[in-house]
Amino acid sequence: MIIASKKPFEEIVNEIKDFQSLLVLGCNECVSVCEAGGKKEVEILASSLRMYFMSHNNKMHIDERTLERQCDHEYLEEIRTTVDNYDAILSLACGAGVQFMAEKYSSSPVFPGVNTCFLGVTEERGLWSERCQACGQCILGQTAGICPVSRCAKRLLNGPCGGSTKGKCELSKELDCVWQLIIDRLAKLNRLDDYEILAPIKDWSTERAGGPRTVMREDLR
Amino acid sequence: MMTRTPSKLEKILASGQLAVTSECGPPRGTDSQDIIRKANLIKDYVDAINITDNQTAVTRLCSLAGCIHLKQMGIEPILQMVTRDRNRIAMQSDILGAASFDINNILCLSGDHQQFGDNPQGQNVFDLDSMQLIQTVRLMRDTGKFLGGDDIKCPPQIFVGAAANPFADPFEIRIPRLAKKIAAGVEFIQTQCIFNLDKFKLWMDMAADRGLLEKVHILAGVTPLKSAGMAKYMKNRVPGMDVPDEIIKRMSGVSKDKQAREGINICVESIQTLKEIKGIRGFHIMAIEWEEKVPEIVERSGLIKKADI
Repeated sequence: MIIASKKPFEEIVNEIKDFQSLLVLGCNECVSVCEAGGKKEVEILASSLRMYFMSHNNKMHIDERTLERQCDHEYLEEIRTTVDNYDAILSLACGAGVQFMAEKYSSSPVFPGVNTCFLGVTEERGLWSERCQACGQCILGQTAGICPVSRCAKRLLNGPCGGSTKGKCELSKELDCVWQLIIDRLAKLNRLDDYEILAPIKDWSTERAGGPRTVMREDLR
Repeated sequence: MMTRTPSKLEKILASGQLAVTSECGPPRGTDSQDIIRKANLIKDYVDAINITDNQTAVTRLCSLAGCIHLKQMGIEPILQMVTRDRNRIAMQSDILGAASFDINNILCLSGDHQQFGDNPQGQNVFDLDSMQLIQTVRLMRDTGKFLGGDDIKCPPQIFVGAAANPFADPFEIRIPRLAKKIAAGVEFIQTQCIFNLDKFKLWMDMAADRGLLEKVHILAGVTPLKSAGMAKYMKNRVPGMDVPDEIIKRMSGVSKDKQAREGINICVESIQTLKEIKGIRGFHIMAIEWEEKVPEIVERSGLIKKADI
């Protein structure tokens, strides 16, 4: 899923302080699971903002709502009749949701309430980590199901580099060397010989480098 | 052994003589005298000089310009190229540029992560990794093609090298990794600084067992330690560096004013021991900001700069 983290409160205040009315809009998908922008976070943030503005003699009116998703027309349509009641929208969705919101309601100022971080997993409550950079050409079949593009700091396709020490990355003793993980897993799968297959030069055109991407399915259109 | 490029380093290695290389870090400014001064200190003692490429991710004068200065001094340069800072267009372009100055050696590296340098907030590129850069240079040289498939008018004649770190983890893939670099097309290797001679010997034995030493020229990397402090720093703070306790003990066992001397002694003794290891084809002396000691190390080790070959 998409992992996000809350923006600092002061940054949010700074974005919205000059408006009179605000809708804090959550998203019930990924950002809800990673506890950055779901219904609960909307409630807490809206309350904190109300208290803050009240204590600063600012009469800003703040409402709250959480949509099932902010990356689908269907759910964003739910606020069509009410969106004009607000001077601004503070969206706690990921960057995709914030933008879809802004595209759909072109006369409403929309501000992000979270920083969108990466595609990742919940390792345990309160700890999320990256697993995918959406490069558009999955090579997990060649790397024992562990991704060097997203998890090697140098995205080496033929790693590890000389900085791999006792299973850890040279960047931090907290960070696993992903090539150590790949090699350990290849060994477990009795496929260590596969390590010596040279990874071909990657076509990055399906990644960010190729410009904004679309996926089109004619059979569904 | 047949040579494939005009590289002097390649000719020396092919002749079976022990090659001696060293390196100069370029200045953090535009003063060419800095490189010229360092090169003058060592040019009569080594066969070729590497110019590092923004090592430790700290911005410096570029390796290509440094190599051109060496070339103008009549010195054989080894262009270091990291894949951290340039994409495949820029790297192929720089390879052509280097070859146009008759720079005939390249060392293909991935490069230290920018977190360690002066621009930790910068982007990194890593369009290719070091193995793929090796493949790229060989493709350009041997087939006369760009990565994109077009023909190169007058392809680059470059002898292709890479680094190897026998001491990084996991140890069990250190030899497969060397084999992989050889399969990618590497022709010479300059190793990480060797302090743990036993472990290095083991690595060489394993390379010999796989028949790799006939396929690549291994230049053993050595670095003189300036002080016990430097030894400890390298042991504890430099990733992938293996400095055994006995080296630390030996450095700490002499008074501060004698530690530099002890460091040189250790370096010279290491070279003498390493010379006995079958398959060592030369030495790469990395005297970090201590180039003036290279002549002494070379002379005391019984190494020699080869006459024009």
